[in-house]
Amino acid sequence: MVDNEALERALESVMDPEVPVLSVMDLGLVRAIYQVKEFIHVDVAPTYTGCPAMDVIHERIKVSLEPFGETIIHSVIDPPWTTDWMTEAGKKKLEAFGIAPPVGKASDKRTLWAPSPNVRCPRCKSERTDLVSLFGSTACKSLYQCQDCNEPFDYFKCF
Amino acid sequence: MKWDTCDPKTAYVLHLADDALILGQRLAEWCGHGPILEQDIALTNISLDLIGLARQYYQYAAELMGEGCTENDLAYHRDSRAFMNHLICEQPNGHWGDTLARQFYFDTFHFFQLEALAQSSDERLRHIAAKAIKETSYHAQYSAEWIIRLGDGTEESHAKIAQSLRHFAPFAHEFFVASEVDRAAAEADFGPKVSDLSSSWEEKVNAILQLATLDPVDLGFPKKGGKAGLHSEHHGYLLAEMQSLARAYPDASW
Repeated sequence: MVDNEALERALESVMDPEVPVLSVMDLGLVRAIYQVKEFIHVDVAPTYTGCPAMDVIHERIKVSLEPFGETIIHSVIDPPWTTDWMTEAGKKKLEAFGIAPPVGKASDKRTLWAPSPNVRCPRCKSERTDLVSLFGSTACKSLYQCQDCNEPFDYFKCF
Repeated sequence: MKWDTCDPKTAYVLHLADDALILGQRLAEWCGHGPILEQDIALTNISLDLIGLARQYYQYAAELMGEGCTENDLAYHRDSRAFMNHLICEQPNGHWGDTLARQFYFDTFHFFQLEALAQSSDERLRHIAAKAIKETSYHAQYSAEWIIRLGDGTEESHAKIAQSLRHFAPFAHEFFVASEVDRAAAEADFGPKVSDLSSSWEEKVNAILQLATLDPVDLGFPKKGGKAGLHSEHHGYLLAEMQSLARAYPDASW
């Protein structure tokens, strides 16, 4: 048996291929780690149903845990992943990287045509920003532009 | 494989999967052809969500079918008559307004369908729906915004989107006409009674049409048959392109 904390530490170095500053732990993708006999089991929540990064993430988790034993990944969709599970440290890293972190809680997001939030420009911190497109460079992001510094930037959708 | 004789639950899951896959494939045709980069990306993002959702349903259907059936068998090795998607999903993309009119009707229906499925008696369907509804609310917001922009835009964009919306209305009518598969699902409580979804759908659609300075929707005489496997000519061409690789190289993996 390996100490679960050691496994968690190893997973902190497994980065999301699309957002390379966030680890699977920062994103809250790892829902459970447990060991049965010689196998390590990891429950992983997919972000978006069709997210093409999930296969890479699963592979990277397996590789990072290789020193501890063979890993079996379970993709779990219940409860569905939400940006509420992203850590505060993760949100700070995201903003420093130039991606605006999700604003507010996703819990009440199941309404149609909810008003869009005030998103802060990660570059000049102005809140005078405009939504350019609901769908950005990946499924999890929208595209915004800052009215003050004119910089276009990605916003990690509240989801 | 015996997908033409599968039990009511498997048939219903396949119906849900086919809608997502066929519309996802249609939207993927926009890849590299969008009017501007952001919109090209938006449609292919929605396509990706739908194909991801289709995979969730096909994986479940394959488990229900057993006998080593896989999601790929279901997506790539069934013929047109075995597909149970709504006719609207397979209709050609046409111009930008056509694609958005089709998407607006479908997204709005899809949202209410998933809301109902989140209460399904089937646990797996509940879980899939609870996840997909989050993505679908973004799709619905996106397509509704385009309807408003085009309807409340120029004289030409108004006339064109009005024509596209009229064209797809009888296809949207099929959402609310129950097929045998829908009826069996409603009886066993794993799917909604589709006629119950029409009032929320019409209310939401008309609220957007009003903002867009367009006439309320008139569903007209339903164009239906897709859910029973009776498709338009377009369906065969779509499958031919989508399935060609898997059929030419049955053991291909990627």
